[in-house]
Formats: sequence, structure tokens, C-alpha cells
Amino acid sequence: MHGLGAFLAYRLLRTLIALWLVSSVVFAVMRLSGDPVPLLLPPDAPIAEMARVRHDLGLDRSLAVQYAVFIGNVLHGDFGRSIHFRQPAMDVALSYLPATFELGAAAFLVAVVVAFPVGVLSAVRRNSLFDHAAMGLALIGQSAPTFFLGVLFILVFSLRLDLFPTSGRGDWRHLVLPALTLGAFAMASIARITRSAVLEVQRADFIRTARAKGLGEFVVVAKHMLKNAALPIMTISGLQFGTLLGGAVVTETVFAWPGMGRLAIQSIYNRDYPVVQAAVFIAAVLFIFINLTVDTLYGVLDPRSREFRA
Amino acid sequence: MKRKDRRVPWMIVAACGFVGALVVIGAAAPILAPANPERGALGARLEAPTLAGADGRAHLLGTDHLGRDVLSRVIYGTRVSLTVGFAAVAIGGLIGGTLGLVVGFRGGWIDEVIMTAADAQLAFPFILLAIGIIAVLGPSFPNLILVVGLSGWVTYARVLRSQVLSLRRREFVDAIIGLGGSVPRIIVRHILPNVASTFMVIATLELARAIVLEATLSFLGLGVQPPTPSWGGMIHEGRDYLDSAWWISIFPGAVLMLTSLVVSRTGDWLRDMLDPTLRGG
Repeated sequence: MHGLGAFLAYRLLRTLIALWLVSSVVFAVMRLSGDPVPLLLPPDAPIAEMARVRHDLGLDRSLAVQYAVFIGNVLHGDFGRSIHFRQPAMDVALSYLPATFELGAAAFLVAVVVAFPVGVLSAVRRNSLFDHAAMGLALIGQSAPTFFLGVLFILVFSLRLDLFPTSGRGDWRHLVLPALTLGAFAMASIARITRSAVLEVQRADFIRTARAKGLGEFVVVAKHMLKNAALPIMTISGLQFGTLLGGAVVTETVFAWPGMGRLAIQSIYNRDYPVVQAAVFIAAVLFIFINLTVDTLYGVLDPRSREFRA
Repeated sequence: MKRKDRRVPWMIVAACGFVGALVVIGAAAPILAPANPERGALGARLEAPTLAGADGRAHLLGTDHLGRDVLSRVIYGTRVSLTVGFAAVAIGGLIGGTLGLVVGFRGGWIDEVIMTAADAQLAFPFILLAIGIIAVLGPSFPNLILVVGLSGWVTYARVLRSQVLSLRRREFVDAIIGLGGSVPRIIVRHILPNVASTFMVIATLELARAIVLEATLSFLGLGVQPPTPSWGGMIHEGRDYLDSAWWISIFPGAVLMLTSLVVSRTGDWLRDMLDPTLRGG
């Protein structure tokens, strides 16, 4: 039972259960958070009118029925109509997704493009000044709170140096600071894991063999070390991409970036349940899908990992 | 396992000193703070760090938009950060630790249920769940502790579970059962001491994460409510005045960043020292 197919089936099953749990929790939290009807109608609306709206939204039925209806609709990708936007909630959430994607992709790209070479160079030039400086910065990047990093960047690069706008979405200059803020943590993590992965393979016998047969240092590093260090780096990078989604909530709020994270927060303040549900659900699906892809790639590249996580 | 070098590096001594100092500062806030953190002098608003402000008093870190002394607010903010941080670690550790021990030892369907729940919690950004819960329960100090505490149980449960799983298979467990030892006794007397160091490592790393999460929620307006000073809340208040009065946001932010860095570095060091198997991640 250690085949790739069985491994994937097992992961998929767990994924589906996790998705079901996520949507159930979302349902429970949103239903507990109070009645949305008074927010929909003018304060002097007659009681009969409130009852009618409640009936239209299905809020007068028992919780069990509401839950069954909710799960049935989720399977169709239907989260009901947004109370605030007066459109299908899924459409609203999806329309904010490209902005989040743009930000997430830019952050991830910046993180990988900077972190990978820095990590390799740190490992190859271990204990050099560069290594110490880079890893010191990485430690700061890993422990700095995302929202404060954003505030710092705005102060230094927008207000003082006037290089980039403070907020909003537009040309590439709007993207720089939010992407750096969001990508900082991933950048730091990927740089550190790259360094330790390369250091790990440096000790392997096949590296000594490669050197012994007279290969140039560049070939040894590029071909033998990086290929073998790729697995842990890829895993961590994939996981980091997932956590970017969480960081997006905060980053989008700091920079007034019109993405799904900011939409979710504003919808919570508006008690616009359907939109919150749709946004959280999309985020969970993306996150789980990314993790599944990383796991699959891992399983393909490294047969040793295909055992079930008993 | 004996280690050749058991000396504690000076950085870690300094880190422990820093956290100790924070605890003392938080506890002695009424004595140390030069001014009332919630009352400002409107005549002395948005003053840059000064020895002699418009109200005739020194404001070493300046004043905010209501003329409140930033230094005093940072000092009082220590209380919120540390209380929430330590309480959250206690809650998360208690729930996650217990679940990890039980599930790791028992296995079976309960293991599947708990680990699937853990997967589900990790499956979406916790900040969204936290915001949702606080929107339901209302922003208050106990709710903040509860939410931040609940955010952390998964890490304890997962790591302790895998450690217990491997410990359970060791011969000494079979031997004790063969000699008539009960399961609770095995867990308390033999498993617990073996996982204690791992627990300490996670708790330290979790403390840093809890403090940052609290500040993030307060920054979003979902944590401690004004006028009570908290670092995250101060950074939020100062954001509108970033151009004219940077000190309102930057000083609490710097203290927050330093605290997070120092605590998580201590955790990393503890990990390398006590439990090298946890390294890399």
C-alpha cells in the first residue's frame, strides 16, 4: 500500500474531511455572531417585514436544517447573496481574489528570488561576514510582526524617502511595499532552510566524490548540492506560500490593498456572513490545494516519503 | 547525553534578563511610569521626545494625539502583552499537551479525529478564525486570551503526539505494563519527563507567537480596547500620525519587535540545546 496512488487517495480523503470541518466551523461561528436582519432593514421596519426577510434568508428554520442547506449549497459553491453588495457572495469574494493573488504571487516571487541565492551563498561562504549579516537579517525578518513591518516600510520608503505610495492598488510601485511586507517572513524562512539544507548535503559522501574526481566548485554546488537540497527547500517554500494567505489579511489592511483578506475583515464588521464564508472557504481550498500539491511533488520526487503518516 | 559545552551564551543570558526586566516593568508599572497612561494633557499633544514639554514635564518618548505620555503607555502596554502571552501559552499548552499525550498513547479513532481537527485548524489562516470568534464574543481581555490560547494547541498536540508514539514502542513501556503498571502511571512517571524538554521548547516559541498575535489583533481593533494601552493598539493609533509624529507607533513597535526576536531566539537556542531532533523548520 505504499504506491503513489494510495498515498494521494489518503491525502485527498483527509483534505476533504478538513474542508468539511472548516466549513462547519465557519457556519457555527457566523450563526453564533448574532442576527443580521436588523442590519438589513431600516430601524423602524415592522415586525412582519423582519419576519419575512428572516424567512427569505432561511433564518427561521432550525439550526440543523440551516446547516444541511448550507452544506448542500457549499457543494455547489453557493454561499448565498451578500447582504452588503447584494450579489452572490461567491462572485463578490472571487472578484477580490485577483488582487490577493497578485500580491501573494509578487510576495512569493520576491521571497524566493532573494532568499534562494542568499541561502546558498550563506552556506557556501559559511561564517563569512555575508553569512552572519544575512542570517541576522533573516532572524529579524522571521520575528518581526507583519503589520509593524508594513508601518515601518510606509514611514521610511513612502513618507520619508517618497519612493512608493502609502496605500492602494495601481501600477507596480503600489505593489512593492505590500509585497516586501508580506514576503518578509517567507523570505527569511526560505533563506534559513536553504542554508541549512545546503550545509546538510555538503557533508554527504557523493559531494566528496564529486570533488575528488576533479569537478569545478561551481558544478559541485549547482549540480550536486542544489539538486539534493531541493526537497526540503521546496517543502518549506510551499508551506510558506500557504501562510502568505494569512499574512495577506494583515498586509492588505495596512496598505488598504483591495484583496480578499481585507474584504473578509470588512465583511465581518458588516456582518456580511455569506461573503465571510465564501472568502474563508476560498482561502482554505487554496491553502489545502497548495499543501496537497507540495505533498504530491514530494511524493513523486522522493519515494521514501510515500509512507502513510500513521 | 552529556554535552561538552554547557556554558550558556551571553546572548541567552541577556535575553532572559530582557524578559525578566519586562516582567518587572509590567508588574511595577504604576511606580515606573512617569505619568497616567490614560490621561493626557491636550496642551501637550503630539510632542516629540522632549525633556520639557508644553505641560512642563519630560516626555522621553514624546506624547500621542491626546497628549498622553508614550513612555508611560509603552510601560503599561507590557502588562497586556505579557499577561495575554503567558496565559495563552498556558491554555494552549494545557489543551494541546494533554491531547498530544493521550492521542499519542491511545491511538485509534480518537487519534484520527484530533489530528484531522488539527489539520483543519491549520487549513486556513487562523487570523480569520480569530477575527470571527472575537466578532461573535466581543473584544474583551478574557476573549483575547481565549482566542490566542486556542490558536496554539495544534503545535503542542502534533509534536508531543509523535514523540509519545515513538516512546510508547520502547521496551520499557512493555516492561512496566508486564510488571502491572497502569497507563496513567506510565504517562505521568515515564512519558511526561521524557517530553518535558520538548514542551518547554514549544512553549517558549509559542510565547513569542502569542505576543505577536495579540498585538496584531489589537492593531486590527479586535484586542484590548482603548483607552487601555497595548503595543498593537498604540501602533494602530499612531498610524494616522506617522508623517508628523512617528514616535507614537515606532516606539511600541520597536519594543514589540525586540521582545518577539528575543523570545523566539531563546526558544531556538533551547531547542538546539535540549532537543536537536526538532531542528530545521
